[in-house]
Amino acid sequence: MSDHESTYVPKTGVEKWLDTRLPIVRFGADYMSLPTPKNLNYWYTFGGILALCLMIQIVTGIVLAMHYVPNTAMAFESVERIMRDVNGGWLVRYVHANGASMFFIAVYLHMLRGLYYGSYKAPREMIWIVGCVIFFLMIATAFLGYVLPWGQMSFWGAEVITNLIGAVPVVGEPILIWLRGGPSIDNATLNRFFSLHYLLPFVIAGCVVLHLWALHHAGQNNPVGILIPKDRQAKDTVPFHPYYTVKDGFAIILFLIMFAYFVFFNPNALGHADNYIPANPLVTPAHIVPEWYMLPFYAILRAIPDKFGGVVAMFGAIAVLFVIPWLDTSKVRSMRYRPQMRTFFLIFLVVCFGLGWCGGQLPDAHVIGDFDTFILIDGDLNSYLWLTRLLTAYYFIFFLVLMPLVGLREKPLPIPASISEPVLSPRIPDAAETPKAV
Amino acid sequence: MAEQVVTHDGEGGDDATRRDFIHIAAGAAAAGAGVMAAWPLINSMNPAADTLALSTVEFDMSKVQEGQQVVIQWQGKPVFVRYRTEREVQEAADTPLSDLKDPQTDAERVKEGHQQYLVVVGSCTHLGCVPTFGTGDFGGWFCPCHGSHYDTSGRIRKGPAPLNLAVPEYEYLSDTSIRIG
Repeated sequence: MSDHESTYVPKTGVEKWLDTRLPIVRFGADYMSLPTPKNLNYWYTFGGILALCLMIQIVTGIVLAMHYVPNTAMAFESVERIMRDVNGGWLVRYVHANGASMFFIAVYLHMLRGLYYGSYKAPREMIWIVGCVIFFLMIATAFLGYVLPWGQMSFWGAEVITNLIGAVPVVGEPILIWLRGGPSIDNATLNRFFSLHYLLPFVIAGCVVLHLWALHHAGQNNPVGILIPKDRQAKDTVPFHPYYTVKDGFAIILFLIMFAYFVFFNPNALGHADNYIPANPLVTPAHIVPEWYMLPFYAILRAIPDKFGGVVAMFGAIAVLFVIPWLDTSKVRSMRYRPQMRTFFLIFLVVCFGLGWCGGQLPDAHVIGDFDTFILIDGDLNSYLWLTRLLTAYYFIFFLVLMPLVGLREKPLPIPASISEPVLSPRIPDAAETPKAV
Repeated sequence: MAEQVVTHDGEGGDDATRRDFIHIAAGAAAAGAGVMAAWPLINSMNPAADTLALSTVEFDMSKVQEGQQVVIQWQGKPVFVRYRTEREVQEAADTPLSDLKDPQTDAERVKEGHQQYLVVVGSCTHLGCVPTFGTGDFGGWFCPCHGSHYDTSGRIRKGPAPLNLAVPEYEYLSDTSIRIG
């Protein structure tokens, strides 16, 4: 699939002239004609959707930066001015704000797709790792952006997140002061966060180029999870254009319909009301909650009754993603042929939603109404604190224990020899058949 | 006189040659220049001179009524000045040190003769939010960010915060006024 022969033939005089000097048209043509597995389903459309999300954020972001003032005295009012006075400013701001949420919806589905179909396994480790870098940069960028309106959530989010670094022993405190540019979150902090929020999306764009380069070199994975043999290339692949440009295009339209629903009919549903209150350095709002896409990680942080331990667990929850290619011992890529792992994956899915849910609740609140249990160590057993701890444990067990262990012990279902076989052959191979090499 | 053959590419022994020296010197100079170029860029993000002009704050204690708390701003952070009731002072003094995660007696946290006034930096020692007054399981403060509880002496009793609310440096200028910082 990778490094396919160039089929581009320059036709016009201008193309011929250009092709011998800067073969940029050839580059684009080869890119669009890339042989792509023909069994890709709609879970494979989120890459295109994410590329669109990045472009929407960059374009709306540049427009917003033309009206926004990164100074504590004017930041909040300048955003209100965008909402009231700038032509279509309300639209651009709501698209940018909801765009971040849409970006995260898409990236989580994109990652879960990769997890399910084993898209991180050899020879695609670098695609996965660069993807993890992009995810981390996305979190950082979204955090920096949320600070800019200088509302209550902005301020206290900045306070808490910068303090995470302050939790590191010895070097934490000087780094914290360096990051803030002073003893507390203030104008110096806001001013540099604006600069970095502008910079990071372009770093992300650079990483996306590496992500695609790695993808095109190692070749696209597919729901069956097998490498396409050289001699089956012609039968099992189709050119990317027009087949997948149209399929991605259709998915993008559906995605934009959902996007538009939020922007036009429910623009504040995914935000927090307290960020419409200007930042007050003397009062933390009683109902402070992070953005929804951070909730699972926030829940993990809060579950650990130790400052540095909590920070380590939270960053560990992201760091563990980087080493998944080496934690998964199974030779079979797609979970379609891994019945046991599929069950654990579905539980993992529920756990992720559960962590997000717990992150939105008070830690001491009861999970089951008035049901009284007993105090275990430092909290009621029937509290979100203990539910979160349980879910956090599964999150790490899934990656650190189940992935290596199940891979070695489970007996996978028979894997088809080619991606057209499960479609074309009427006979379902019996389970006793040994799995074919992948 | 012993002869030693030294060719231009360094053949002639295991000794370091002039060329090796030039490589190391050039490499070291480049690395040094790189560090010297990077440092001002990094250092520019450290607190600026106007920020470093740290302030002191004076406060008239007669503004606080019994059972009340006044919040003042000092170096961008909130400072709680709390006029504790007799019962709260008693509670704080009666707490056995074995109950505390960060053991400190109440007397170590207030000034002699002014036990009723508690002056602490109002930043949760976990991740820096401002705890809310008079709430939580110990009658002191409760931090809404990750659920830490502090007692009437501002000591950590429950939750992820590791330390007691910090007592800033301050002194009584007269019977009713203090200077913080």
